[in-house]
Amino acid sequence: MATPRENDVKRRTLMAATVATAAVGAVAARAGAQTTPPAASPSSPAGAAAPTLKVSFTVNGKPRDLDLDPRTTLLDALREGLHLGGTKKGCDHGQCGACTVILDGRRINSCLTLAVMHQGGEITTIEGLGTPEKLHPMQAAFVKHDGYQCGYCTPGQICSAVAVLEEIEAGIPSHVTADLNAKPALDDAELRERMSGNICRCGAYSNIVEAIGEVAGRKA
Amino acid sequence: MKPFTYERAASPAEAASAAARQPDARFIAGGTNLLDLMKLQIETPAHLIDVNGLGLDKVEPTQDGGLRVGALVRNTDLAADARVRRDYAVLSRALLSGASGQLRNRATTAGNLLQRTRCPYFYDTNMACNKRRPGSGCSALGGYSRQLAVVGGSDACIATHPSDMAVAMRVLDATVETVKPQGATRTIPIADFHRLPGDTPEIETVLERGELITAVTLPKPAGGTHHYRKVRDRASYAFALVSVAAIVQPDGSGRVALGGVAPKPWRSEDAEAEMSRGAKPVMAKLLAGAKPTEENKFKVPLAERALAAVLAEPRG
Ligand SMILES: Cc1cc2nc3c(=O)[nH]c(=O)nc-3n(C[C@H](O)[C@H](O)[C@H](O)COP(=O)(O)OP(=O)(O)OC[C@H]3O[C@@H](n4cnc5c(N)ncnc54)[C@H](O)[C@@H]3O)c2cc1C
Ligand code: SF4
Ligand code: FES
Ligand code: FES
Repeated sequence: MATPRENDVKRRTLMAATVATAAVGAVAARAGAQTTPPAASPSSPAGAAAPTLKVSFTVNGKPRDLDLDPRTTLLDALREGLHLGGTKKGCDHGQCGACTVILDGRRINSCLTLAVMHQGGEITTIEGLGTPEKLHPMQAAFVKHDGYQCGYCTPGQICSAVAVLEEIEAGIPSHVTADLNAKPALDDAELRERMSGNICRCGAYSNIVEAIGEVAGRKA
Repeated sequence: MKPFTYERAASPAEAASAAARQPDARFIAGGTNLLDLMKLQIETPAHLIDVNGLGLDKVEPTQDGGLRVGALVRNTDLAADARVRRDYAVLSRALLSGASGQLRNRATTAGNLLQRTRCPYFYDTNMACNKRRPGSGCSALGGYSRQLAVVGGSDACIATHPSDMAVAMRVLDATVETVKPQGATRTIPIADFHRLPGDTPEIETVLERGELITAVTLPKPAGGTHHYRKVRDRASYAFALVSVAAIVQPDGSGRVALGGVAPKPWRSEDAEAEMSRGAKPVMAKLLAGAKPTEENKFKVPLAERALAAVLAEPRG
């Protein structure tokens, strides 16, 4: 398996080659100079290199070993290191939910955690929920109900939605749960509140709630 | 992010001594506040000590009928704990009103107490801010101050403490347990844990260098009806403009603490003596000495009305 360092080198080699073809020497030289910091995560500005660290975790059922700059977020490790581009970077600050993945059975924002913090962890991304031939029921419901327009927020919405139904099933209350000691309801108010960490700039919210409701076994 | 080295601590005491040994070391728990600030280079630690593996993730009964909440208990787990839901509902409610499901799954008890202000100038590294760069001035005084403190601030800083959980912890009289680098432990009443800004707004708590929070302890249940009422610009996923944590007893007496109005959860015992007489006399005492700005003076009547709404609810 390619380490992110190898991938970075490949990508940069390609970039330099492309620029060279365009015969813009000065730019090619600058592109070359960017290869100096080893395996710096894409969101990190070049600085004094910190030594890389090894981390192993499972992604979508496959064991993965990475050698990373400690600054690499889980999001960047998935996208840049493992080429799993389904998980999206929106805000990179925990505000939009585009980067939602399921870590050890729980949904989290992969942009606000470091990859090296998850030694032995089990991560599920949108790519691990279903395949184009065999969609996860939540993926199929999003398609059926038009739970998106541009689709950028969708992987995060779907990972979040799958976990939301498990949270309700486990009896975890929410801000709108009237009785903290009773099993939470499966109504629109609960789904909307629980999905509030996933922003959709296209405003597909009502269709998203319908899709989740259908998977939850409610009349859509 | 600036480069840093990273280690996983092996025990709470070792984490504390490692933090004291390394210059510019920080603990990392959920990372949801620290990494956010590191990406903006507002926080620039040279070394991170991961405290996730220390086994501080349990909620256990105490000898005197209370609960001891490990520093690494996630906000989701604390809110969902059956004992907390039953006996400390104000805490469940406060936690559930904060952040998002994804964030609460990572955010920890200690990290939540230590999260930093959401003052927009603290976040904007181009602006003067005494909390971020001591001595540079405060852009909020005379600037955009709608979200900021109306009471407890100083001429150096009027930032609020953004935590919802901390307001509930304050109304419950929680105690913070810590271990210091030399291995000594201590307990700090939540009332004394956060500091007012004075001329040193960069110092936010009484924690010493390297001191690690190991747990937050709740005394035995206070009974009564528990409320957490949070007023904000959106119905969900937004910080409080004003929040009210209250425990109301059947006879109308009780406790109240405010969030969103001060640099720390805001509570006073002599204001509580007025509880059975209604929201107005309580707020007259609790917010006596308030120095709101033109932009945030709405918080004073808002707090009073939020408490009035709480007091109008049925008592159990
Ligand atoms: C988009 C967004 C919305 C949010 N909305 C809300 C909201 O509405 N209400 C609310 O209350 N909060 C809100 N939050 C903040 C969130 O609650 C905090 O980020 C979280 O609680 C911090 O916990 P953590 O474990 O991730 O802390 P970390 O980021 O890991 O750490 C925070 C600080 O605590 C220190 N620390 C951590 N553990 C210990 C320990 N055991 N001993 C000593 N020091 C320690 C760290 O060194 C660091 O300085 C929001 C956050 C985001 C990103
Ligand atoms: S209020 Fe405090 S945090 Fe905000 S700009 Fe002033 S000094 Fe900085
Ligand atoms: S990219 Fe992680 S929450 Fe926006
Ligand atoms: S579908 Fe475009 S952002 Fe949600």
